Amino acid sequence: MSILGTRVVRTEDPRLLTVGGTYVDDLRVPELEQAARVTFVRSPVAHALITGIDTSAAEEAEGVVAVLTVSDMDDLPPPPPDSGLTGTEGAPLPLGGHWSEPLLAVDKVRFVGEPVAIVITDDRYQGEDAAELVSVDYQPLDAVVGFDEGLASESLLFPPAGSNIAVSTGMPTEGAAFEGCEVVVEEMITNQRLAPVPLEGRAVAARWADGKLTVWVSTQNAQIARFILAGALGLDPASIRVVAPDVGGGFGAKVGVDRDALIVAWAAKHTGRAMRWAETRSENLLSMTHGRAQRHRIKIGGRPDGRILAYRIEIVQDSGAYARMGGFLPFLTCLMASGPYDIGQVETGYQVVVTNAAPISAYRGAGRPEATAAIERAVDLFAAEIGMDPAEVRRINLIPADKFPFTTPCGATYDTGDYVSALDKVLAGAGYAELRAEQARRRERGDVLQLGIGLASYVEITAADADGGEAARLVVHDDGTATAYTGSSAHGQGHHTAWAMLVEAELGIPMDKVTVIHGDTDLMPAGVGTHASRSLQLGGVAVQKAAVEVKDQARRLAADMLEASEADLELDVERGIWQVRGDPATSMTWAQVAAYAGDAGLTAEVNYTDGKPTFPFGTHLAVTEVDTETGKVRLVRHVTVDDAGTVLNPVLTEGQRHGGIAQGVAQALLEEMVYDPEGNPVTSTLVDYAFVSAAELPSFELLVSETPATINPLGAKGIGEAGTIGATPAVQNSVIDAVSHLGIRHIDMPLTPARVWAAISEARQGR
Amino acid sequence: MKVSVTVNGGEIAAEVADRTLLVHFLRDVAGLTATNVGCDTSSCGACTVLLDGSSVKSCTVLAAQADGRAVTTVEGLTDGSGQLHPLQRAFRAEHGLQCGFCTPGMVMASVSLLAENPAPTEEEVRTALEGNLCRCTGYHNIVRAVLAAASERRSS
Repeated sequence: MSILGTRVVRTEDPRLLTVGGTYVDDLRVPELEQAARVTFVRSPVAHALITGIDTSAAEEAEGVVAVLTVSDMDDLPPPPPDSGLTGTEGAPLPLGGHWSEPLLAVDKVRFVGEPVAIVITDDRYQGEDAAELVSVDYQPLDAVVGFDEGLASESLLFPPAGSNIAVSTGMPTEGAAFEGCEVVVEEMITNQRLAPVPLEGRAVAARWADGKLTVWVSTQNAQIARFILAGALGLDPASIRVVAPDVGGGFGAKVGVDRDALIVAWAAKHTGRAMRWAETRSENLLSMTHGRAQRHRIKIGGRPDGRILAYRIEIVQDSGAYARMGGFLPFLTCLMASGPYDIGQVETGYQVVVTNAAPISAYRGAGRPEATAAIERAVDLFAAEIGMDPAEVRRINLIPADKFPFTTPCGATYDTGDYVSALDKVLAGAGYAELRAEQARRRERGDVLQLGIGLASYVEITAADADGGEAARLVVHDDGTATAYTGSSAHGQGHHTAWAMLVEAELGIPMDKVTVIHGDTDLMPAGVGTHASRSLQLGGVAVQKAAVEVKDQARRLAADMLEASEADLELDVERGIWQVRGDPATSMTWAQVAAYAGDAGLTAEVNYTDGKPTFPFGTHLAVTEVDTETGKVRLVRHVTVDDAGTVLNPVLTEGQRHGGIAQGVAQALLEEMVYDPEGNPVTSTLVDYAFVSAAELPSFELLVSETPATINPLGAKGIGEAGTIGATPAVQNSVIDAVSHLGIRHIDMPLTPARVWAAISEARQGR
Repeated sequence: MKVSVTVNGGEIAAEVADRTLLVHFLRDVAGLTATNVGCDTSSCGACTVLLDGSSVKSCTVLAAQADGRAVTTVEGLTDGSGQLHPLQRAFRAEHGLQCGFCTPGMVMASVSLLAENPAPTEEEVRTALEGNLCRCTGYHNIVRAVLAAASERRSS
């Protein structure tokens, strides 16, 4: 029996559990023995001109090697020209030109936490002392905070650009789409700004020696990091080695390499001394990219019998101070706007504004959780308006299983799916009818603790950048072991286990004899890395295809050794033995075949792409209890179907689902990165930022559903982001459902006790 | 100042700056890097170790405060024969870790929990681990691992 699809515990774990991983700050390699520590001097104000920087006192402080500002950056290439693509759909970013993001701040700061100078010291404590001594004169400017100021403020972050609106698609004029809709509901909703908070913050170490830059960085993509480093520092990629050692979580915020790490790498090259930096949590909350930060005006229309006919979403994306990926996210939101529903008329459009806050980039889901939250709120608003059960409205409008592949008015082609079955499984698994009955009893009794039942049906896009493919190289050695090199880059997902399973399944070389290597551009120059839930369907398939190629090579070699015809050769995968069919006496081991291959070796290199994304789907159901006297919410149950095609290892997919659900619940109930009207972050430590803990969550109820993808041989779709996409709206809908009998139709996230209590109070006063 | 700490059974003595935190003493002086720093407000618990048998957040303890006392880190949980501690086994069997960064602190907090309460309920585990944050697992399998280890210990 193949190992694929079975429950296999991870090969990564014994090391992580006994001596711990080797994250960047744990590196004790000889190259970094003399490394100095970098401490950043960051802007304490949101928007200001820099009128002077005095580093003299800091330079005198104990242990200080150097203090560097932008005036020392005379060895960098000029910033990229304006892409000229402003205003077009999916404009690639950064925009360049007037909108360019510097490394160290040039003349101006645009968010609290922006890097202004660096202090280089022999040890870490000295750096914190000396950084206090760098004196920067700021001439404050009016801060631009939030969506409305981003759209309307006369204070400009980039005056030569003439506007704070970096990208705008325009909106189709209102009219025809909603003609014939007897019921129309509109709402303005906010998908709040979140901090990704991987437990390991950003960290980097760099060394310049003999014309080569080595950068150890906590990244999801060593190869992309190398490309960005080369561009930013004006180096040939061949003169850069990037190593991603163990990475303590990424969640999209560690795609590539960001500005702070580029500064450290530059400093190592500029001074000739090895450098290292591992950020504090406060730095992380201030200046690692944030996620979400969209405001939606939604409009949904249809018939009283439950059929939805039209949907419209207008998006304002707060991109923070620099339009990095913030310009791309609403494009993805629009692509997925109509969700899993068959809606004839769909209108979308967006504006991207720059504001005085940390830049926005990918955060687990990246544009799709926003799309799902909007349409799932819209469907519940529509259901409430016509007085129909929200499960029934979903069932009426979900794309039926016989309509795949299905192309939406938004231009996405959903590959495979059975959305109604996912909904029905969840309803049955949760005991939906009994939950509704319990809700009715509590309402009738007027209980303080009211029950809410929230649904979210979703479809998402994974491997949206499938065109880029993924690389793999497989080598079988003459001792019978194998090494799989992969461009996919693990940071907790379990690639080492999964890729070893693929090799064992194809070649019969046991997992414990398969080494998986990733995240070192010297060993694996090609590759894209891990984001967009792309790893298994691209990187995994690449490993599998490399194994098939190696098998073909081995078959020829074994046939030659045994003087048999290739057609008569078979691989006994159970034992990992080559033999002439039906003649066990002829057996050859992998070690023997690899030895016979000699210098040519037994190896294959594959760059795989299927060229198309896949579309996982599912339904989440959240049960909440809402204390109608205090507004406090408790998530009681969370039941889900997350169908990501054929499952390679249920242990790993369940882990991905659990983690995503928790982050999704956290967005609905707890987390928000808040700035005050002057642009000061007020949630800049883990005391203030409401990171979800074990005490606030139940165990999750996961149901199984596997509808294979047809475009890749594993039948796999991505699972990494399903949880955040499905869980957030299910929980939000659940809380609103709990108080809907009071006339409440919408409450913005996060659904804190204060907000829920305020909504209840207002509803009761309004009666 | 001179500080001498028994770390995982062996004595580590060194001259350190007065303000040296225990977590930096463990990482930079003792060379034990499993214990991680995940925040600067004693919120995340990644730095949890045992000090004379009780769990502490080593980012909030001065090395000087540990002078003359005994510290256990996750590196010290495995017995001499290399046999994993029941909690280490359970975390692996139940997939209670992903990126691994919170794991050493999470395991040490769990050791402390089970020492105080050998038969916790799910709710007690969740409450006891409230000060140890994980971004990857949603805590689901961490809780299962702690319950499984407790159950295994009772039946052995």
